[in-house]
Amino acid sequence: MSTVITEQATDTVTEGAIRIEDVVKIYDPDGAAVMAVDHCSIDIPAGEICMIVGPSGCGKTTLLNAIAGFHDITSGSIHLDGELLCGPGQPEAVPGSDRIVVFQNGALFPWKTNLDNIAFGPMMAGKLSKQEIYDKARSMMADAGLSGTENNYPGEVSSGLRRRVEIVRALMNDPKVLLFDEPYRALDSLTKSVMHEALLEIYYRNKVTIFFITHDLEEAIFLGHRLIIMSSRPCKPKKIVEVDIPHPRDYSVLTSQRFREIMNEAKDVVHEEAQKAFDAGEKEG
Amino acid sequence: MNIKNFRSKLFSRAALRGLIAIAIFLVIWEVGARSEQLFGYRFPFLGLVPPPSDVFVSWGGLIGNPSYWQSWYMSFLRVFGGFTAAMIIGIPLGLFMAVNKTFYGMYFPTFEIMRPIPPLAWVPASIIFWPTQELSIAFVTFLGAFYTIVINVLGGARSINKQYLQAAQSMGASQWDIFRRIVLPATLPSIVVGSAVGMGITWEVVVAAEMISGGGSSGGGEGGGLGFFIWSSYVGGSYEQIVVGMISIGIAGYFSSELLRQLGGLLTPWLKTR
Ligand SMILES: Nc1ncnc2c1ncn2[C@@H]1O[C@H](COP(=O)(O)OP(=O)(O)O)[C@@H](O)[C@H]1O
Ligand SMILES: [Mg+2]
Repeated sequence: MSTVITEQATDTVTEGAIRIEDVVKIYDPDGAAVMAVDHCSIDIPAGEICMIVGPSGCGKTTLLNAIAGFHDITSGSIHLDGELLCGPGQPEAVPGSDRIVVFQNGALFPWKTNLDNIAFGPMMAGKLSKQEIYDKARSMMADAGLSGTENNYPGEVSSGLRRRVEIVRALMNDPKVLLFDEPYRALDSLTKSVMHEALLEIYYRNKVTIFFITHDLEEAIFLGHRLIIMSSRPCKPKKIVEVDIPHPRDYSVLTSQRFREIMNEAKDVVHEEAQKAFDAGEKEG
Repeated sequence: MNIKNFRSKLFSRAALRGLIAIAIFLVIWEVGARSEQLFGYRFPFLGLVPPPSDVFVSWGGLIGNPSYWQSWYMSFLRVFGGFTAAMIIGIPLGLFMAVNKTFYGMYFPTFEIMRPIPPLAWVPASIIFWPTQELSIAFVTFLGAFYTIVINVLGGARSINKQYLQAAQSMGASQWDIFRRIVLPATLPSIVVGSAVGMGITWEVVVAAEMISGGGSSGGGEGGGLGFFIWSSYVGGSYEQIVVGMISIGIAGYFSSELLRQLGGLLTPWLKTR
C-alpha cells in the first residue's frame, strides 16, 4: 500500500509510527448506542502527513481523541512505535506530550501571553531550566514568523497567527505525532493558503508524523502524503489516495496536471460519502 | 493616567452629555419642588420632595459633622466585612463544587433551596442567632454577596472549555497544575463578575438591615450607618437629610463597584483587548 512517497517520508524520521487496528468506538449515552468508528484500520508510517477526509459527523474526531487519550475505545487497538496506547486491557490511552492535538477551535490559554502559552509544555515537563525554555520558545517563535507577538495575548492577534502559535506550542513538546482536528476550518481561503505553506515549512524543519483531519479536499491533497477518505458514519477507510507530488511543495502545485488528476480521483468518493451522510441526516431529521 | 488622557476623558462627548442630563434633571427637580411657591400649584410627587438647593445646603452642614462620616464608615465596614467573608468562603466553595462531583451532589440541592431566601428574610433569625447586632447585620450582608459569588464561580468553573484541560493534560500538567494554571484563571472572569454583582446586593442589604435592626451595636447614633442615618432623618422629620443619605449611598455604591472593576481589570488583563 505504501509507495515511494511514504518511504520518502520515513527516510529521516524514525519515531511516530501509528498503527490503528480494528478500532471500534460505540458511544452509549443512556442506552442509545451510537457507533462512531467501525473496525477501522490505518497504518501510518513515521513522518507521514496523513490526511483524514470525511463528511462531518462521520467519526473523525472520535478517532483522533482515542489516539490522544481523551476517551476510550470499545475494541481494537492503537499502537505508537510498537507500544500499546490503547487496546485490550487498556481501553483508554494516557494523554502524553508525544501526541499533541491542535484543536478545531483552538485551545490556546487566553489568560497567558503567546510566549507563556508556548513555554507551557516544557514548564510542565520540568526537564529544562526556565531560562532555557524561554530562550527556546523565543527562537521557535522567531522561526515561525511570530517575533513581536510574544507579549500579546492570543486574543490580540489574528486567527491565522493564533493557529501558528498553537502549532509552535505543540512542537515545543517535541512530540512524535501532531494531531490536527480541522484547524483551519474557520479561516478564510487566503489566510488558509498562507497557513498551509507555513505548516509545510514548519514540517520540513521538524519532521513529525501528522494526523490531519479535514473535509477540504484541496487542503488534503496539497498537504498530505496520503489521503484516507472515510465513509459516512460509522467511519472506516473507504478509499486511500497516494499523493505522489514530491515534497517540498509550494502553492504552484495547485495548478499542476497531477493535482487535478488526484482531485478527480478523490472527488467522486468524497461526494458520494457526503451525500450518504446528508441523506442519513435527513432521515433522522 | 496622564493629564491629556484625563482631559480627553473629562471632556468627551459622552461625559458632556451625562453632565448636561444631570443639570437638566436638577433644574426640573428644583422647579418641581418649588412648584407651590412658583405657580401656586403643587406638582404631584416632585412637589413633596425637598428641592436640591436645600439638599445641598443640608449636605454642606453635614460635611463637617463627624457622625455623618461615622455613618459612611460603619456602612463601608459592614459591606466590606460581609463581602470579604463571602469571597473567602464563596470562591473556594464554588470551585470545590465544580471540581468534586460527590460534594456537588451532596451540597448543591441544599444550596439551591437556601438561595431563593432573600437575605432580609434572615434578619430576625440572624438577630436571634448572633450574640451582637453588629454580627447579625454582618451576617445578613454576607448572605447578600455569598450566593451570587458561589453561583458565578460554580458556573464559570463548570463551563471551562474542556479542550483547555485536555491540552494541559497532554502537555504533562499535574492535577494541581491544572487547577492552579487552568481552572483558576479560566474562572477569574466569573469571579470578577460575581463579585461586582455581589457588591451591589451587599449595599442594598446593608442599608435595609441597618434600618430594620435600628443601627447596630451602639443602638443607632454613632454606630448607625447610612441606612440608620436615613431612618433617623425620617423619624426626625428632616427630609433634606433623607435625600442626602440616599445620594450618599449611591456614591458609596458607585465607588465600591468602581474599585472592584479596577481590581478585576488588573486581575484579568487579557479581557481588556477584546
Ligand atoms: N460524547 C459523545 N456521546 C455520544 N455521541 C457522540 C459523542 N461525541 C460524538 N458523538 C457522535 O459520534 C458521531 C461522530 O462524531 P465526531 O467524531 O465528532 O465526528 P466528526 O469529527 O467526523 O465530525 C456523531 O454522530 C456524534 O453525534
Ligand atoms: Mg470533528
